[in-house]
Amino acid sequence: MIHSLFLVNPSGDIFLEKHWKSVVSRSVCDYFLEAREKALDPEDVPPVISTPHHYLISIYRDKLFFLSVIQTEVPPLFVIEFLHRVAEMIQDYFGECSETVIKDNVVMVYELLEEMLDNGFPLATESNVLKEMIRPPTILRSVVNTLTGSSNVGDKLPTGQLSTIPWRRAGVKYTNNEAYFDVVEEIDAILDRTGTTVFAEIQGVVEACVKLSGMPDLTLSFMNPRLLDDVSFHPCVRYKRWESERVLSFIPPDGNFTLMTYHVNAQNLVAIPVYVKHSINFFESGSGGRLDLTVGPKQTMGKTVEGVLVTVHMPKTVLSVSLNATQGSYTYDNATKVLVWDIGKLNPQKLPNLRGSLSLQTGAPKPEENPSLNIDLKIQQLAISGLKVNRLDMFGEKYKPFKGVKYITKAGKFQVRM
Amino acid sequence: MSANSAFNEEKGGSSNVGEPEYGHDPASGGIFSSDYKRHDDLKEMLDSNKDSLKLEAMKRIVAMIARGKNASDLFPAVVKNVACKNIEVKKLVYVYLVRYAEEQQDLALLSISTFQRGLKDPNQLIRASALRVLSSIRVTIIVPIMMLAIKEAASDMSPYVRKTAAHAIPKLYSLDPDQKDCLIEVIEKLLADKTTLVAGSVVMAFEEVCPERIDLIHKNYRKLCNLLIDVEEWGQVVIINMLTRYARTQFLNPNMNESLLEEGGGEKAFYGSDGDDDEEEDKDEKDKKKAEAPSVVKRKPYVMDPDHRLLLRNTKPLLQSRNAAVVMAVAQLYFHLAPKAEVGVIAKALVRLMRSHSEVQYVVLQNVATMSIKRRGMFEPYLKSFYIRSTDPTQIKVLKLEVLTNLANETNISTILREFQTYIKSMDKDFVAATIQAIGRCATNIGEVRDTCLNGLVQLLSNRDELVVAESVVVIKKLLQMQPEQHSDIIKHMAKLTDNIQVPMARASILWLIGEYCEHVPKIAPDVLRKMAKTFTNEEDIVKLQIINLAAKLYLTNSKQTKLLTQYVLNLAKYDQNYDIRDRARFIRQLIVPTDKSGALSKYAKKLFLALKPAPVLESPFKDRDHFQLGSLSHLLNAKAGGYQELPDWPEAAPDPSVRNVEVPEWTKCSSREKRKEKKVEKPFYSDSEGESGPTESADSASDTASDSESGSEESGSGSESEESDQQSESGSEEDEEEEERKKKKEKIKAKKPVPESDRPCAPFHGNGYGKDIKTFPAVCLADHAIFPLPVSTNQTITPSGNLKTYELLHRITGEGLSVEYCFSRQPFSPDPHMVAVQIQFTNSAASEAKNLHIEDAKLQSGMRMKEFPEIETLPAGETVSVVMGIDFCDSTQAANFQLCTHTRKFFVSIQPPVGELMMPIFMTENEFKKEQGQLMGMNEITEKVTLGEKCHGEHAVIQRVTTAANLSRSSCSSSPVSGSQVRWEDGDQWQPCAGQCENGDRHNVGQGHPSDPHPVMIPPTLDLLPLNPVNYFLSYGLVLSPSGQSAPVPHTVPP
Repeated sequence: MIHSLFLVNPSGDIFLEKHWKSVVSRSVCDYFLEAREKALDPEDVPPVISTPHHYLISIYRDKLFFLSVIQTEVPPLFVIEFLHRVAEMIQDYFGECSETVIKDNVVMVYELLEEMLDNGFPLATESNVLKEMIRPPTILRSVVNTLTGSSNVGDKLPTGQLSTIPWRRAGVKYTNNEAYFDVVEEIDAILDRTGTTVFAEIQGVVEACVKLSGMPDLTLSFMNPRLLDDVSFHPCVRYKRWESERVLSFIPPDGNFTLMTYHVNAQNLVAIPVYVKHSINFFESGSGGRLDLTVGPKQTMGKTVEGVLVTVHMPKTVLSVSLNATQGSYTYDNATKVLVWDIGKLNPQKLPNLRGSLSLQTGAPKPEENPSLNIDLKIQQLAISGLKVNRLDMFGEKYKPFKGVKYITKAGKFQVRM
Repeated sequence: MSANSAFNEEKGGSSNVGEPEYGHDPASGGIFSSDYKRHDDLKEMLDSNKDSLKLEAMKRIVAMIARGKNASDLFPAVVKNVACKNIEVKKLVYVYLVRYAEEQQDLALLSISTFQRGLKDPNQLIRASALRVLSSIRVTIIVPIMMLAIKEAASDMSPYVRKTAAHAIPKLYSLDPDQKDCLIEVIEKLLADKTTLVAGSVVMAFEEVCPERIDLIHKNYRKLCNLLIDVEEWGQVVIINMLTRYARTQFLNPNMNESLLEEGGGEKAFYGSDGDDDEEEDKDEKDKKKAEAPSVVKRKPYVMDPDHRLLLRNTKPLLQSRNAAVVMAVAQLYFHLAPKAEVGVIAKALVRLMRSHSEVQYVVLQNVATMSIKRRGMFEPYLKSFYIRSTDPTQIKVLKLEVLTNLANETNISTILREFQTYIKSMDKDFVAATIQAIGRCATNIGEVRDTCLNGLVQLLSNRDELVVAESVVVIKKLLQMQPEQHSDIIKHMAKLTDNIQVPMARASILWLIGEYCEHVPKIAPDVLRKMAKTFTNEEDIVKLQIINLAAKLYLTNSKQTKLLTQYVLNLAKYDQNYDIRDRARFIRQLIVPTDKSGALSKYAKKLFLALKPAPVLESPFKDRDHFQLGSLSHLLNAKAGGYQELPDWPEAAPDPSVRNVEVPEWTKCSSREKRKEKKVEKPFYSDSEGESGPTESADSASDTASDSESGSEESGSGSESEESDQQSESGSEEDEEEEERKKKKEKIKAKKPVPESDRPCAPFHGNGYGKDIKTFPAVCLADHAIFPLPVSTNQTITPSGNLKTYELLHRITGEGLSVEYCFSRQPFSPDPHMVAVQIQFTNSAASEAKNLHIEDAKLQSGMRMKEFPEIETLPAGETVSVVMGIDFCDSTQAANFQLCTHTRKFFVSIQPPVGELMMPIFMTENEFKKEQGQLMGMNEITEKVTLGEKCHGEHAVIQRVTTAANLSRSSCSSSPVSGSQVRWEDGDQWQPCAGQCENGDRHNVGQGHPSDPHPVMIPPTLDLLPLNPVNYFLSYGLVLSPSGQSAPVPHTVPP
C-alpha cells in the first residue's frame, strides 16, 4: 500500500519523510517536482504521477504537498483520503497544518504517522484512538513533562481500538455536559450574466461538539427530514434507523466531529440571497476599460447578509485598476490579477457599489474573455434550505446535558459569470 | 553529571529542531568535525541512565530521520535502549530500529530477544507492538522467528494482536516469498476470524499474498458481507474490492439477457474484454447510444444468486460513508456487479464526492467519465453538477468537459452547447482548446447540431487567440470530412487562414483539407500550393508532409497548372533533412510522375490519393477503460499497475453455490450420511479451517516456545506464568498498572522446564510446560499422532467403545455397483505412527466382479502423506472386503483426495477427517491434564447444531444428543469440585462414566455441564454451553440447544 510519505513545501523542499517499508530515495520526488514546475498552479499538479518504478499520489493542502509513494495497485482514492486524514490530524493536534508547526513538532508528527499506518496500511486513524496513544500538546502538559520527565506517549491500549465504537474512548468525564450542533449550509451556484440561475444547490453539514460523560446514546431528529436528498454520515450514525425513521441515532465521538453532510434536493428552488449588477467593458482602442459593480440583497428571509466579499479574476492584460467603493475596501493583486472587494455587512437601504476604470497593457488587444466573479457571504441564524432540528434526546446516561443548535448559511462556490 | 551538562548545552541547540544543528560548538570549524562531535554527544546521552536524557537524544535522532539525515552510525548506541523502561524512549527506539535494521542486520539481531519476550507479555498492547516491530525488521535471518510469532499471534486471545498478525503477514511475505504456503495457512485461519477488527487486515494480507486463492473466501463470504458495515473504513475498501472480484468468478452476469440480446445485434458482451476491434467498436458505440433503452425481452430466466444479492444489499448503505474511498469502492462494485436497473443509486453518491477536495474530484471524475459512456442515463439527472466554474483547476475542467460530452444527447445538447459557449470565453486557453474538441465530438455524435456547431467553430476562426483558431481548424477539418460538398466556402475561408495561422497542426489540417477537396476549390488550391512552396523550407515537418501531399493531389487533378510547382516541391523535399520527408517525396514522385520505368501502380495513383476517406470518429479517451476495475490505480493510469488483479469475466455457468454454505456447520452434515456425501462431492478446496486450526495451533505455540528456550531466552513458558496469563485473560481487559506489575513479577519467576530432544513427537506439550513423565494415573490427553509405547491397558481403551461412524466414500450408483465406505478405526496405524488408520470397506453389489482395486493419483495438501492399501485383485459380486490404509493429515482437517481405480474405471474420492479422529492417546495424570488444559490457548470454535425432538427433555437425552453431535463420549472426572465443570466425552452414542480413568484417545473438553452432578440439570430454553474459562477454547464446542427443535450456531464471543 502506501510506501513512503514526503512533505514538500511550496518552494519544493522536502522537509519530512517517513517510510513504512524499505526506504525509497527521495530522488523519486524529482518526478513530482518536475510536474510541479510544469503546472501553472499548484492545484494543477496531477494527483497521480506514474514513474518508472513507483507511482506518486499527492494532495495539495494548506500550501503543502503531501506526497506518497506507491509501488503496487491501490485505489487512488484510498491514498488521497488517507493523506487528507493526515493533514486533518495535524490540524487537530496542533491547531494548524503548516510547515512551521510540523517542523516544531516533528517527533510527534513522526510518532503519529507511525501509529496511523502499519506497513502502509491504515492502523489507527480515529482521532480519539490516536489521542489516547499520543496526547496532543498543551502548555500545561509540556510544563509538567519538563518537570516530571513524563511523556506524551500513552502507555495504555487505546480501548477504542478494540471496541465496536472505535471513535469513542471509554471513561469520558465532564463537569458540564454539553452538546452543540452547528447546521452549516453552503450555497453552490452559477449565475449567468443576466442574473439567471444556471445551477444552484445547497450543501449542508452538521458539525457537532459533544462533551458528554460516559456512553451517551443520542437521537437527533429534524422537523423536515424530507428536504435532505443525499446524506453521508460519520460512522457512528446508525444507518438503519435513518432509513426507517429519518432520525440520526448515534453514540457520539468525544469532542468535535462532523456528524453528517447533506445535499438539498436541487429541484427545490434554491433561494439566492444576493444579486449582482455588473458591467465591464473594454475600449476598442485597447487602452482601458470600465467596471461597475453593485451588490444587493435578494432572498434573505429577513436576515442580514454579512461578510460579503467579491473576488474578480481579471483578464491577464489588466495592469491596474482605479476604482471607487461606496462601502468596504478593495485590493488588486497585479501578479494574480485578482480584484478583491471586501464589503462586509450588506445594507439594503444603501447598496454598495464599486466603479472606476481599468488600465490595460499598452498594445495588447482588447480582451475577449470576460472575467468571472466569486461571492463570499454569511448569514447567521438561518439555514437557507429551511432545515430545522426538532429535538435531541439522550439515552443511556442519567445527567441532563446542555444542548444547543446553531444555524449558519454561507456561500460555497458561488459564481457569477460576467 | 557530565552527561547532564552536555544535555543542557544540547538543549539550547535542539530547541530549534527545524534547523541543522551543527556549528553550535564554536571550537569546531568544519561541518564534518562538528557532525562527528554531535553524534558523540548523542551517544553519551543515550548511554546515560537518565530517561529524560535518553528521550531527548532519541527525539533528536528521530528528528534527523524525519528530515532524511543519516543517523545510522548511532545504531549500536540506540539498540542498547531497546529494553528501556520508558515507553516513549522505547517507541522512538522502535522507530529507529525499523528504519535502520535493514542496513545493520547483525546489530539488529541484538534486539530480537527483547521482542520475543514482548510477544509473551500479558499486556496485549505490548504483545502487539512487539510483533509489529519484529515483523517490520527487514532482516532475512529472523524469518523463521517471524513466522512462528505470526502463527502464534494469529491464535492470540486479543483481536488486536490477531489484527497485528494479519498486518505482519505481507511484511514477511515481501521479505521471503518462500513462506507463502505457511502464510496462506495463517491467512486461512484469520479469514475465519469473526471480529471486525481483524477482517479488513486479513483481507488486505490475502490480497497481497494470495489473491488467486479465491477458494479461501467461499466459507467466509457471507460472514464478510455481514460484517462489512462494522469494519473500519479502510478495511471496507479492501474487502469490497476483493469481493467484487470474487463475485465476478462466482455469480452470473445479472445483465445476461440484455447482453445476449445486444450480442445478437453485433454487440459484444456488455462488460469486460471488448476493445480489440476498433472499427467495429465504433459502430457498436453508435448503435448502443441509440438503443440505450434497456431491453425488456428476456431470453432465459435469470435468477440472482442470494449471495450476490446479499453483497449488493450489504454494501449499499456504505454509499453514505464519509470516506470517499469507500463510496468509490461501492460504486465500482455496483457498476461491475449490479443489474442495470440498480446501478443508478451510485450516481448520487458519486456526484456528492465531487464537492470534496480537488484530488478526490479528479479521481471521481475519471471514473464517472468511464461510467458515463456505458451508463449515460445514470448521470443525466446530474448534468448541471458537472458544469464548470472558472475557479476549477484545469485538469478538473477538462474532465468535467469529458463527462458533459459523454452525457450529451438530442434533448440536452442545446443546454450543453450554451454552456460550451461560455467556456470558450474562458481565460484558460488549454481549457478552451478542450472545449472546442468537445464541441467537435458533440457535432459528430449528434447529427442535428452539426451545422450549428460548425458555424460556431467557423466564427471562432476569427478569434484573436491563435491556439483557439488552430484547435478550431483541426476540429472543423474533421467535421467537414463528413459532408464536404456543402461547405466549400468554409474551405475557402480556411485557405485564407494559411497566411496567419502558425500552429503547425492547424496548417497541416488546412492543407490536407484543400488537397482532399481540391475539386471543390479549383481556383484557390493551386494558389495555396504556390504560397506553400515558397515557405516550404521554413515549415514544420508535419506541414511539409502535407504540402507534398497537396502537391501530389493537385498534380493528379490539375496537372496543367501545378506540374512545375509539384516538381519544385518534390525537389525541395528530396534534399530535406528529415528522412521521412525525403522518403515521402521519393515515393510520390515514383507514383505520380509517369516515367518509362514507372510500374503498374502509377495508373492507380489517383485512386490511391483521392479515394473517399471515412470520416473520423471522435471518441472519448475513456472508452473501454472499464475493462480495468473502476476506482483502481490501473484504471486511472489506463495501464496495468504492478499487482493489479484483473477483473475476471462472468462465468458462463455459475459455479456451485453451496461452497459458501457455512450457516449449517459441517458437523451436522456428518451426522447425516447423505449430506456428508454431498460435501465430499463438492470441491477439492473445501477446507475446514476452523477444525484444522485446533491441532496446528498447539503445535505452533509449542514449537515457538521451544525455539525460545533454545535461543536462550529466559522466559520459556513456565507453568506458573501461563497460569497467570490465563487469569489475566479470564478477567478480560485489566487495568494496565496491574498488568505492568504482574509483568514485573513474572520476570522474576524464571522457571524453566527441560525439553528433552528424545521426545520430539510430544514436544508441543513439553514446550508448553507439561511434565513429560507419565505417572501412574492413566489419563488421556489430546496429542496429535504422538505415539507412545502404549501400556497394555490403554490398548484396550483404544478399541471402539461405541459404534464407529462410517462415512460413504463411493455410492453404489456412482460406483456402478461398487460401494465403498470408510471409518476411522481408532487403531494405531502400525507402518507409520504419524498416520491415521482408515478402514475402508468395499462391497461389490454389481453383477460382475471388480478387479484390481487400488489407489492412484493422490492429490494431497503439502505435508500430507498417504499409505495406500495393497491392491485387491478381485472382488467377486456380492462380496465385501475391508482394508486399512493410513493417511497423515498433518493435523488438519484437509481432505485427502485421490482416485479409486478398478480395472475399468476411476473414481475421484476424498476422505476428510472430522476433528475428533485425529487424536493420539497419551497418558497423563488428571491433574496434569487439567493444568495442561488450563494453558491451552487459541481462539477456535467449532459450532454444531443439534436438533432436539419433542421427546428430548431429560438430561440424559440431551447430553446424549450433544455428545453424539460432538463426536465425543463422556467420562467422569474423579475429584475436585473446581474441575467438576469439565466434562470428558467419548465417542459413541452412550456416555460412559468411568471413574477416575479416561478411556479413549478421542477426547475433547466440552466446557461446563455437570455430569456427575446428582441434581437434574435444568435446561433453560437456551442453554449456552460456552466454556467458563475463556482461554480454554482449544477444541471446545460452543453449543446452543433449544427445545423448539430449532437451533442456531453460537456466535463466538470473546470476552474483551
